[in-house]
Amino acid sequence: MPIMTDLHTELKASIIEQLNLEDMEVSDIENDEPLFGDGLGLDSIDALELIVLLEKDYGIKLTDPKKGREIFESINKMADFIEANRTK
Amino acid sequence: MKKLYLHDDCIISPLGFTTSKNLENLRSGTTGLQKLNKNEFLETPICAGIVNSEILTDAFSEIGNPQDFTKLEQMMLLAVQGVLDKNPELDLDKTGLIISTTKGNIHLLDDLADFKKERLFLSNLGNIIKDFFGFKLKPIVVSNACISGGLALAVAKKMINVGKFSTAIVVGGDMLSKFVVSGFNSFQALSENDCKPFSKDRTGINLGEAAAAILVSDLPKKNSVNISLAGDASANDANHISGPSRTGEGLYKSIQNSLKEAQISSEAIKAISTHGTATLYNDEMEAIAISRSELGEIPLHSVKGYYGHTLGASALIEAILCKHMMLNSELYPSLNFTETGVSKKINVVTAYRKSINLDYVLKTASGFGGCNLAMIFKKEGEND
Amino acid sequence: MTNLGVEHWVRITKGKIILDGEVIFSSEADIARFLKTSFKFLNIKYPKFHKMDRLSKLGFVASEIALKNNNIDEETALVFSNNSSSLDSDQNYQESVKEFPSPSLFVYTLPNIVLGEISIRHQLKSENVFFVEDEFNANLIIDYSKQLIESKKANKVLCAWLNLHNDEYDVFLWLSSESHKKEASEEQIRKIYDADYD
Repeated sequence: MPIMTDLHTELKASIIEQLNLEDMEVSDIENDEPLFGDGLGLDSIDALELIVLLEKDYGIKLTDPKKGREIFESINKMADFIEANRTK
Repeated sequence: MKKLYLHDDCIISPLGFTTSKNLENLRSGTTGLQKLNKNEFLETPICAGIVNSEILTDAFSEIGNPQDFTKLEQMMLLAVQGVLDKNPELDLDKTGLIISTTKGNIHLLDDLADFKKERLFLSNLGNIIKDFFGFKLKPIVVSNACISGGLALAVAKKMINVGKFSTAIVVGGDMLSKFVVSGFNSFQALSENDCKPFSKDRTGINLGEAAAAILVSDLPKKNSVNISLAGDASANDANHISGPSRTGEGLYKSIQNSLKEAQISSEAIKAISTHGTATLYNDEMEAIAISRSELGEIPLHSVKGYYGHTLGASALIEAILCKHMMLNSELYPSLNFTETGVSKKINVVTAYRKSINLDYVLKTASGFGGCNLAMIFKKEGEND
Repeated sequence: MTNLGVEHWVRITKGKIILDGEVIFSSEADIARFLKTSFKFLNIKYPKFHKMDRLSKLGFVASEIALKNNNIDEETALVFSNNSSSLDSDQNYQESVKEFPSPSLFVYTLPNIVLGEISIRHQLKSENVFFVEDEFNANLIIDYSKQLIESKKANKVLCAWLNLHNDEYDVFLWLSSESHKKEASEEQIRKIYDADYD
């Protein structure tokens, strides 16, 4: 993976890779676009995989899946949460 | 169509190594689940139904060398032995063998120990059981997620009808492994405490390990009341590979089709043995399917509070329990139920009930891949 | 007793896709590339494909070709079998267990997930079963399918041998229905499976 300087871009790239969004590119994902439902169309397994991503890349353990729903609303929300809670 | 009669059976589980020992514990409301703060599966505590390896090895050494067989194989072989002990006359040359498991010996993927790689293959598990007892027919292995154990009975019925054999032993089993436990944990589906099927305060499932075997035949047991599989049907939700359908579509359709095959309407059903895993979504889906089938008033239970979810063994064990409930006119309670936590009315049995006539019982099961199964068991009189 | 016939069949093995005896796609590439290009060959939009494991991808491509322009409805059952179950995905998941167990890998560690994927794609709300065998056994699949049709639990059956082990894939899928002119006897099915399509 190329070195990313901006957390938003880095997140988009790892989401595309981790969730196998084959036909998508970083520029296709808007910062405020909903990730689930009508937006990117992610589903419940994707949400679980994002929880793993948070732990693996940023050292954040999320034990309440319900909280995930708020955090994974958009790239902006995710980035804010990561900035505030990251341990690596 | 030929009928499928349920004959002798044997359950190997944390509740005991005979069916009668299992039934005693079900009647008294004794759970086989235990909470383990330190365990070999996860870094966090788990609550699970675990078969004690030492007791298992002791029991198994009566029939074979424990070192030659995995824990799962030992459990499954003991279950089959339990059935054969009651049927010494059984002609193994002509008896079919149907095996259900989801993951077989998957723990060997991490560490083969002294076993060969072939042991990872599910068909090999079938051959091990076949060769141990000297069955002659090729075993049939069913691996269809958490409905496998019940589906194996439906497979037996079809193979009997096609004329492959007229008698078969159906055996189901799954064991706990780091593989399976970590997987369910990654789904955030596990509860650290005893599971509470259908309850408002449910927090997820417990996993369990067990094996069971049952003799089935197109001929009834002589001079006895018989239980038969009067209807069975499976249906896919065609909705999601891991999440239960929000409308209960596949399970509803399975129930309707099994009623049709049994040639009864829903009013004939006297009790329901549910899948009842105690996840938010499964229990809700089941309640919806039950309500849509107009079965909301019918007494139901889940035995997951005793065994945990035993995956490929669960629907077979639960079918065997249905048989005994019907023969004994009794209903085992659903453990740990507090207050209803599903959106539709259901009738959860919270205390042991006796002298209850169960001429038709419905068994339901659902699993990953969107699969669902319904089976209807019928009590047949001595002279039927 | 019901006689079953073959409406269409698809064979996928050694870089080739064969439909009803005719090679319609071939590629010398490794399995990953083969799956990618064969999906492009289908010329459909289905982003979920890329999320599937390799066993599901194989089953998806085969069924897509067999069911193209075919008159099926939600009562078309699925009777599948193989030898290695979901071992290909099991190994991938096992790798992830060492550090961070992956839920999206774990969900594919059952052989019948491909039945779910095909059911979702074609809206089949039907009977499903997955058998695991030492080797391809047409007999069991045919017997089971006959019973499903005879007992009116299905009107057609999508049958398959769908095996993937150590990057080697061996797929044979056929759509079976009653009294179709091409007979689907065990010998017939075996012959199609065994034939060389060079």
